[in-house]
Amino acid sequence: MRSRAGVSSARRAQPRPESFAARDSSPCQRTPQARDPRLVVIILRGALDGLSAAPPIGDPDYADLHGDLAFAASGDRAALPLDGYFFAHPALGAFKRLYDKRQAAVVHAVATGYRDRSHFDGQDVLESGYPSPGRTESGWLNRALSALPASRAGASHGLGVGAIAPLVIRGPAPALGWAPPGGVAPASGDLAQRVLDLYNHADPALGQKLGEALMAEKVAAEAPGTAAAKTPHPGGPVEAMRVAAAGAARLIAAPDGPRIAALAYDGFDTHFNEGAAQGYLAQRLQGLDAAFDALETNLGDAWKDTVVAAITEFGRTARVNGTHGTDHGTATVALLAGGALAGGRIIADWPSLKPASLYEGRDLYPTMDLRGVLKGLLADQFGLSQKTLAGAIFPDSGAIAPMKGLVA
Amino acid sequence: MVIGRNQAEAVTAFNRFGLGARPGDLEAAAADPRGFLLEELWAANAALIHDPAPPSGLMAFEAYYLDQQQQRARRMKAAMAPPRVAAMPAAAQVALSMAPAVTASGATSTAPSEDKPAKPEPPKPPAEQVLFRAEAEARMRKQLQARVGFVERLVAFWSNHFAVSVAKSNELRVATGPFEREAIRPNILGKFSALLRAAESHPAIILYLDNQNSIGPDAAPGKFAGRGLNENLAREILELHTLGVGSGYTQADVTELARVLTGWSVAGPDSEAGQPGAFLFKPNWHEPGPRKLLGKTYAENGVDQGRAALDDLARHPATARHIATKLARHFVADNPPADLVDALARKFIDSDGDLAVVASTLVSDDRAWSAKPTKIRTPFEFVIGAARVTSFQPKDANLYLQSLNALGMPLWQPGGPNGFSDMSDAWASAEGMKARLDLSSSMAQRMRTADPLATLNAGLGATVSAETRQAVERAESREQAVALLFMAPEFQRR
Repeated sequence: MRSRAGVSSARRAQPRPESFAARDSSPCQRTPQARDPRLVVIILRGALDGLSAAPPIGDPDYADLHGDLAFAASGDRAALPLDGYFFAHPALGAFKRLYDKRQAAVVHAVATGYRDRSHFDGQDVLESGYPSPGRTESGWLNRALSALPASRAGASHGLGVGAIAPLVIRGPAPALGWAPPGGVAPASGDLAQRVLDLYNHADPALGQKLGEALMAEKVAAEAPGTAAAKTPHPGGPVEAMRVAAAGAARLIAAPDGPRIAALAYDGFDTHFNEGAAQGYLAQRLQGLDAAFDALETNLGDAWKDTVVAAITEFGRTARVNGTHGTDHGTATVALLAGGALAGGRIIADWPSLKPASLYEGRDLYPTMDLRGVLKGLLADQFGLSQKTLAGAIFPDSGAIAPMKGLVA
Repeated sequence: MVIGRNQAEAVTAFNRFGLGARPGDLEAAAADPRGFLLEELWAANAALIHDPAPPSGLMAFEAYYLDQQQQRARRMKAAMAPPRVAAMPAAAQVALSMAPAVTASGATSTAPSEDKPAKPEPPKPPAEQVLFRAEAEARMRKQLQARVGFVERLVAFWSNHFAVSVAKSNELRVATGPFEREAIRPNILGKFSALLRAAESHPAIILYLDNQNSIGPDAAPGKFAGRGLNENLAREILELHTLGVGSGYTQADVTELARVLTGWSVAGPDSEAGQPGAFLFKPNWHEPGPRKLLGKTYAENGVDQGRAALDDLARHPATARHIATKLARHFVADNPPADLVDALARKFIDSDGDLAVVASTLVSDDRAWSAKPTKIRTPFEFVIGAARVTSFQPKDANLYLQSLNALGMPLWQPGGPNGFSDMSDAWASAEGMKARLDLSSSMAQRMRTADPLATLNAGLGATVSAETRQAVERAESREQAVALLFMAPEFQRR
């Protein structure tokens, strides 16, 4: 059994800079004694490749393992520097900007307690907060809403974004639903491609029709003069992710609006042509980055009381597979941001990528339980007790202590 | 491989002839798929909606006319009251007030949030909308609960055959649900002549095809100056409901049938001659005298002159062929086997238009089963099939109505009296498939299933291709797996 201690690790959480304490008395805050905390949880479906989102370029084994997907500290494969050892994917410009303002942090080598590699079960565990799959009647964020002290209960109802709220916010506690306007939301490019692939093999006639429509839509999105044409990546999915986050931000910024929101973005299942600085994952991360940016912008003054956590069901293989992608893995990253976050740091007990250190010889080893991070955020933001956190919210998680000092 | 063949037949039973299998259905039907269909066909009152049923057509009209009256009263009161200045709410509050609540199941509802007592009461939805939604919900529930859905498919087929549109007027929005429930459903497993008579004398058809204002030129000379015949209903009866276009009738026949049907009308809100919203024959609007239609003379007999003409049209060989072709096209193939159409037409004639006999002939014929699944499910079959295979329990008809809108088949709202197309190309268009893709993605968020592969097996059994199975298996989330299931060729085609 490997040691999980590693307190002395160079990558261990750094003490929070003193300057942060001053924020609480900044003049723009009207009622300094009454923080009005907000929490936004973004579920990234499909299993985000943590080694691409926050590449550990300082780890000597990283470049070989991640092969043609690997980034470098400089040159044409340069990623964005964070602490000199860990970097950020080049699509995460806004996240890097927040990190430099100490308003973003990467939790690395983190995982839920789930150790198999099924998306469905992994997402159940991630969102339900239960230690094992199969419990889909409520999510941990919804149970957190139920557990809030009565004094907060009025103002702190939840918000589920999307045609249907993600499981994490569903349950007995009331939550508002909001979906970006515009009738039926378009299917993701990933789903469209999968259906198209299926049709091309199994039903070419339907494939031709669907292909025509998708092509027409692509042309329309890239037409000169449209907003999409002005960005280096054509607008569609990135814009959709931004719009969802911006709408959620406006709702939770309202004086009597919800205080806890959940969104879900899909498309992180990068088995095939994952790409590096450009390509498939880059586009999804660009959308996530746009979401961080939109949350900061649209929350306005409320950003200073906000923490955002982007989490995923598990990570991906450390090695690149045979189709320029990565397969289902174990540990990954959680990306935290927010004006209330004690950010500007990497939070990790880095297991290293040495062959012997890989989980089952293939995945980044999980050295931190994601529940500890989430419990820490709930404790710091809403004052929930350790007993409640280890009981109703993350059942049977008494052994996993809430991480301290996440909120400034 | 008897079991394998029977399971494939069970899938055909549910997809080609029914509304899709729910978990467990294929096993139940596998022993005798054809018998399973026939059982539903011969079950007593299989087509009826009762307990609970929406208000009857007459009650619906009563509620509608009352609502109209109250609205007029409110408008008059408001016109006389001084204007009221309301505070402009913040944009975020507006957004919030429009945001529906999320329930435990994840479905959204529009229940008002409890911590906002000061909000003004939202305006009451108009009666025609409330009635329409109740009818839509009753229909949806019947379709979801149907054992196979063959009878519901026949209901939809006949409803589309006698197409009316709720978009025409508020009265049509009120009358269309009752039309399907009270004119179509009780008659689709009886004689075609009874179905035809019930349909053509229903207020929905009369209002949709403008017969309420058709007046005999010689009915009451001088009294109705400037008004006269409207041929719309007569033409559609011949062209769409009975003989079929190009079957040999002439313009003279159309005009003559229009004269026969003068006086077939609907009692208005202030009618003293009939209950408001009910069929009303107005003898003094009826063109007097004998009429000659398709070579046969019908003596003057008031409303019965029209009934006699309809009875003969129902028994006309051209009608038998027209109906047989449409049925075979709907269920089997865009260009159905000619001998299958012949067999159905013959049975139609031999049974004096017994629609249950014709339907049982269809599902007892090998040719109806052996045809390749080249047709694509219509939007309504697709949406209901998706809900059935995932055991989705909607709490209202919102998703049903929105989905049908998104797919271009808004409920009871075809573009014209010829109804929605029954040809695959009309639905399997480029934009149609894109709409299905988007809707599949959206429906998969709501129609959850613990194990998408098990759902795939439950819905499509042994007919699933390796490619489809793999696509569902490799999906990146349960939602994506369900969306792929919905889009699978085996789920789309029938």
